[in-house]
Amino acid sequence: MGAVYILWLREVKRYLRSHAQIVASLGQPLLYLLALGFGLGPVFQRSGNGSYLQFIAPGVIGMMVLFTSIFSGIGLLWDRQFGFLKETLVAPVPRLTVVLGKTLGGVTVALIQGTLVVILTLIAGFRPGSIAAIPVAFAFMALIALVFAGLGTAIGSRLQDMQGFQLIMNFLVLPIFFLSGALFPLDHLPKVLGAITTGDPLSYGIDGLRGALIGRSHFGMATDLAVLALVAVAMLSIGSYLFSKIEV
Amino acid sequence: MIRVENLVKKFGDLTAVNDVSFEVRQGEIFAFLGPNGAGKTTTIKMLTTLLKPTNGTVMLDGLDPQRHQHEARRRFGIVFQDPSLEWELTAAENMEIHGVLYHVPRKLRHERTEQLLKLFELWERRNDPVKRFSGGMKRRLEIARGFLHTPKILFLDEPTLGLDPQSRNQLWNHVKHVNATEQTTVFLTTHYMDEADRVAHRIAIIDHGKIVAQGTSAELKKQTGTDSLEGAFLALTGSSIRDEAAGSADQMRQFVKMWRK
Repeated sequence: MGAVYILWLREVKRYLRSHAQIVASLGQPLLYLLALGFGLGPVFQRSGNGSYLQFIAPGVIGMMVLFTSIFSGIGLLWDRQFGFLKETLVAPVPRLTVVLGKTLGGVTVALIQGTLVVILTLIAGFRPGSIAAIPVAFAFMALIALVFAGLGTAIGSRLQDMQGFQLIMNFLVLPIFFLSGALFPLDHLPKVLGAITTGDPLSYGIDGLRGALIGRSHFGMATDLAVLALVAVAMLSIGSYLFSKIEV
Repeated sequence: MIRVENLVKKFGDLTAVNDVSFEVRQGEIFAFLGPNGAGKTTTIKMLTTLLKPTNGTVMLDGLDPQRHQHEARRRFGIVFQDPSLEWELTAAENMEIHGVLYHVPRKLRHERTEQLLKLFELWERRNDPVKRFSGGMKRRLEIARGFLHTPKILFLDEPTLGLDPQSRNQLWNHVKHVNATEQTTVFLTTHYMDEADRVAHRIAIIDHGKIVAQGTSAELKKQTGTDSLEGAFLALTGSSIRDEAAGSADQMRQFVKMWRK
């Protein structure tokens, strides 16, 4: 469908042309990777868990995908008042087509960003288990992106002002990241923490990524796949529904 | 072309639009004037499928916009008060997206894009990203874009807000040109009385959700015994200031103003 393609293209072009933002967005993952990867490395090694850099690399990749995809959805708030989105909401195009183009675009951008972080981790010394791992890793990256693009769209469709944005950032997105096993192993956690991390969809994404890239999986990759797929369908449905209800 | 009968819109207890009726003929330039909170934006939203009326009928080119949303949308274009261009894309790319979304076949898209960008004096800058355009140029591009799919009606919500007099003048010349050559009906809201006076064939003044007067500029001046449209407007709507609570849109607009040059 011409409309889906052109809306997808718009997201991708918009991303590729904001050079300063791309560079800036790589700062945080790099920081986590280098500061924590090398800083906590000795401690992690001594506890018998191996290289922390290896452990944290999938977490940092997942971090990038999470942030990119959820913000592409939340960016809706601005987009629909001052941006191009308004134009799409009055055009003779079904809302579902618009949200499809936008989501696919957001997922594509998240994958590109994730790939950039993969390159950074390789430069920093990360070594995935095998080349065959890469496509599987990408599949998990795509699933993470779908889940959080859906969630981001749902939130962005309902947000009324910029203050909500700060709340979401600090009380939703950051906890999702920190409580996902991106930075610490999920084995032998205290009960409450263990329960929370089990309930965090990102945990399954990071676990799948880690399983693919370094062969270390807590839930089992089949479980990761199943949970992510289900949550993705749920999130995308909710996101699309709320998007269709936006009033210009 | 546009026929509105007994249009009512209630938001809970608040009646924003209260039994409004008017007609706009094909090829007319029709101005909708009113103080803040009068019901202009609510009315335009009901005309452009964005809001469902509580009561009353709206006919656009014989279609009910609520029942035939997509078909109605093909027939009109709308330029909002707040910008709706994609900043990172070029002028030509912005036109292209619009063309695809409005189902304009490729050859026609390219022809119309060239024709309109040349008319609105943007052809030289067609491959520049919109973020490098001045406010006046962005407005011109949005209006050029609104005409791309050859709509029967073009809705303009405060089109010249914030533009300097040269830009405003230029913009209206272009709009009048398209109105004359393609018979596009133009429905606009504005606060600039002098523009409404110069540009509109007929005018309706709305206040507190009701139309208080309709007619040509000359008729309105005669009716109120004033010699300017602004005088007539003030006579009909009173001189008291209309205070409104700032909605979230207004807050965001202020934020944008802080960050613009």
